Amino acid sequence: MTRAGRAAHAARAVMAALPAIVAIAALGALAGAPAAVRAAVPAADLRLIHQERSLYRQVLVYEGAGERCLCFTRQCAIGRQSCIESAHPQRLVFGYTRMMLGALLMGPPPQRILVVGLGGGTLPATLARLLPDADIDAVEIDPAVVRVAADWFGFQPGPRLHVATEDGRTFVRRMGREGRHYDLVMLDAYDQQYIPEHMLTLEFLQEVRALLAPGGVVAANTFSASRLYDNESVTYARAYGSYYNLRSGNRVILARPAGLPSLAQVRAAAARLAPQLAPLGVDADALVALFRDTPDWDASARLLTDQYSPANLLNAR
Amino acid sequence: MGSVGQTPAHCKGSAVRVPASLLALPCAVNGRTRAGAGAPVHSVAMERAFAYLIAGWSGYFVMALELLGGRALAPYFGSSIHVWGAIITVFMLALSLGYLAGGAWSRRSPSQPRLALLLAGAALCAVPVALGSDALLDALSARLADPRLASLCAALALFFVPTAVSGMISPYAVRLLVDERAGAGAAAGRLYFVSTFGSAAGTLLTSFYLVLYFELATLLWAMIGVSIALASAALLWRPAARA
Repeated sequence: MTRAGRAAHAARAVMAALPAIVAIAALGALAGAPAAVRAAVPAADLRLIHQERSLYRQVLVYEGAGERCLCFTRQCAIGRQSCIESAHPQRLVFGYTRMMLGALLMGPPPQRILVVGLGGGTLPATLARLLPDADIDAVEIDPAVVRVAADWFGFQPGPRLHVATEDGRTFVRRMGREGRHYDLVMLDAYDQQYIPEHMLTLEFLQEVRALLAPGGVVAANTFSASRLYDNESVTYARAYGSYYNLRSGNRVILARPAGLPSLAQVRAAAARLAPQLAPLGVDADALVALFRDTPDWDASARLLTDQYSPANLLNAR
Repeated sequence: MGSVGQTPAHCKGSAVRVPASLLALPCAVNGRTRAGAGAPVHSVAMERAFAYLIAGWSGYFVMALELLGGRALAPYFGSSIHVWGAIITVFMLALSLGYLAGGAWSRRSPSQPRLALLLAGAALCAVPVALGSDALLDALSARLADPRLASLCAALALFFVPTAVSGMISPYAVRLLVDERAGAGAAAGRLYFVSTFGSAAGTLLTSFYLVLYFELATLLWAMIGVSIALASAALLWRPAARA
């Protein structure tokens, strides 16, 4: 990187931090306790209550401080995949899951939903509760995660809520061949330790786009810190055009290739949905406050493609 | 076979510019050459250097191909453990059969040009991987429902032949390097070292650094280019040395 590039990068980082600080405060207010405080539950307070070795990793379930969490590493304080509040299992513990629900403010209620990456099943279970008439497909590569979600996080598949144990990319391609369409696709397959690189490429995002029904929405839970931010941003922009960028710890991208709804439309949807979102611990107004539609990344960053996809190396920098 | 007589030129500290580390041991172990009586001595040293270089580069080539091959299959078959299992199985199977074939072929008038041809042949067989073979991979992933079977077929179709031909190189090179039974183990040991060290280098460089800068196809074409260049050098060197 050139000196000018570094300076620009630093400036961007500072600029980027401002809304994030505001956002953290906003989310803290909407959840009843600051998100930063929630994230700082010391590992010592967490008790391991279940573990199994899967084909891919260790799947660990910890409990403590009134929460039960799914983790893929022993450093559970930083690597939590999914958490529920023991006393209020329907409340959303993570800021990012609340931001992902921002997808519901992007248009009419979705009838067909795909969630890529299950974790503890929080997102599909929440969507099933909010939208009892919707058909939801979830796809998860790791059979052990599917088992643990059912046994320890109360995740119950049903007639309108299916789980496929399969690689997300092959599932998306298969659905594409079968001519299936979804009103909402949620990508939640990335974590801080490991990104499936074939699911962070232009070609994959285009395959997802081909699955969208007219006016369909894509919501992706991604990263906000590393060098990967710029590459990821330009890749999503190339695939979906402009999108809403929500940043608060994690980063959530909300795209609607047919055309983004205006902030006024998002606000109107939030006002309509606020009573349904409140019991989940989601303050609709605070959620809307996180919506940003101005690019805050280096537009000259290299696209991630099936030919060039070093997402994990970029994320480590 | 080898004729006792002239000491290889590099052992006398002559002007031959080849890596001393590769050649020091052969001098110490036997001090004899396996060239015909009329061959210039420095051609023997170069022949050894080429045998090790080719085996080392071939080791790099195989592991880099395996890593990049895994990335090439991921868009079609995912990156589940079955896909990596299929790829590794095919590489191991191809190498094992390649060793057998290379050893057998080395019994019939072994020569450096033939070793060079093996290297070039393996590279040319990898061209479909560099080209992408999208139609084939798409058809396989669409027709075969079981991802294990589909990725196994894809790995067989794309990687088996280049890897098997690469596998022929090591035993063939051993045949060119061994002069007598007493030194056979040492020569084979050095060759395994060079070839497996090449594999380690190919794995590390590719996965840690090269994918950060270059596209998959660029890396594969570059590897094919290096193989062809090295094979050409090995082919061209001998006539010049004989003249």
